[in-house]
Amino acid sequence: MATVLFYILGFTMLAATLLCITRRNPVHAVIYLVAGLFALALMFYLLGAPLVAAWQVIVYAGAIMVLFLFIIMMLGLAPQDVPEGPSWQRWGPLALLSSSIMICTLLLIFKDPMAGQQIDDFYLAPQVLGEALFSRYALAVEIVSFQLLFATIGAYMLGRPLPKGEDQ
Amino acid sequence: MISFGHALAFAGALFVLGLTCVLLHRQILMILIGVEIMLNGASLVFVAASAYWQQVDGQVFALLLMAITAAEVAVALAMVVYLWRRKRTLVADEFNRMRG
Repeated sequence: MATVLFYILGFTMLAATLLCITRRNPVHAVIYLVAGLFALALMFYLLGAPLVAAWQVIVYAGAIMVLFLFIIMMLGLAPQDVPEGPSWQRWGPLALLSSSIMICTLLLIFKDPMAGQQIDDFYLAPQVLGEALFSRYALAVEIVSFQLLFATIGAYMLGRPLPKGEDQ
Repeated sequence: MISFGHALAFAGALFVLGLTCVLLHRQILMILIGVEIMLNGASLVFVAASAYWQQVDGQVFALLLMAITAAEVAVALAMVVYLWRRKRTLVADEFNRMRG
């Protein structure tokens, strides 16, 4: 049951992502991406990561995608300012390149001797994850928190008013 | 039973789709969305590897990756707003000069 669900979710995710990257309107693209992220969160859950799944929904689909939508709507991009969509002259070589990369990736994965290995049933309780995060990986947590601080300062610096004459 | 190879194949396909998005679009927001898709492919690899080896480390790194992505998005979207105020456009081809 879980296996069938995993493959259904995987193909849902790929379909939503494919629809997302072919949209011209960024609002539609973000909505499709949110659908794909929900499917990915359920895949995380099936792989025994309930906490990561929950945070995927809260942080990714919730916060980050809403931030994207907020910026799109604040700048008033949709839909009149959307540049004309990618033409077939741009599509052709790219589709060739991407499909060749994808085929090579899949061949490498399936020719690997480990390819047939099954993932055993696994469930990681959030408590165990939290203990590992704040004991063995405490230094990494500190570094990431510093990075979030730097990102805040960087966003503030970029958001300051432009000097006179540079604003068009 | 989920096969490890199939989980990796899903992640690889997701990554290639994100790369296609980055190469295809000229609008900066769509390029950022492509980067997000690629990062999600990476986090799927982390979680699948964590389940395969029955270890906690992969999930810890998936969480750290999520935090790093949040920081990246904050700076990148601030930069999008900055570029918009600068030239009133978000087409990446327009930003082709070093000075103004």
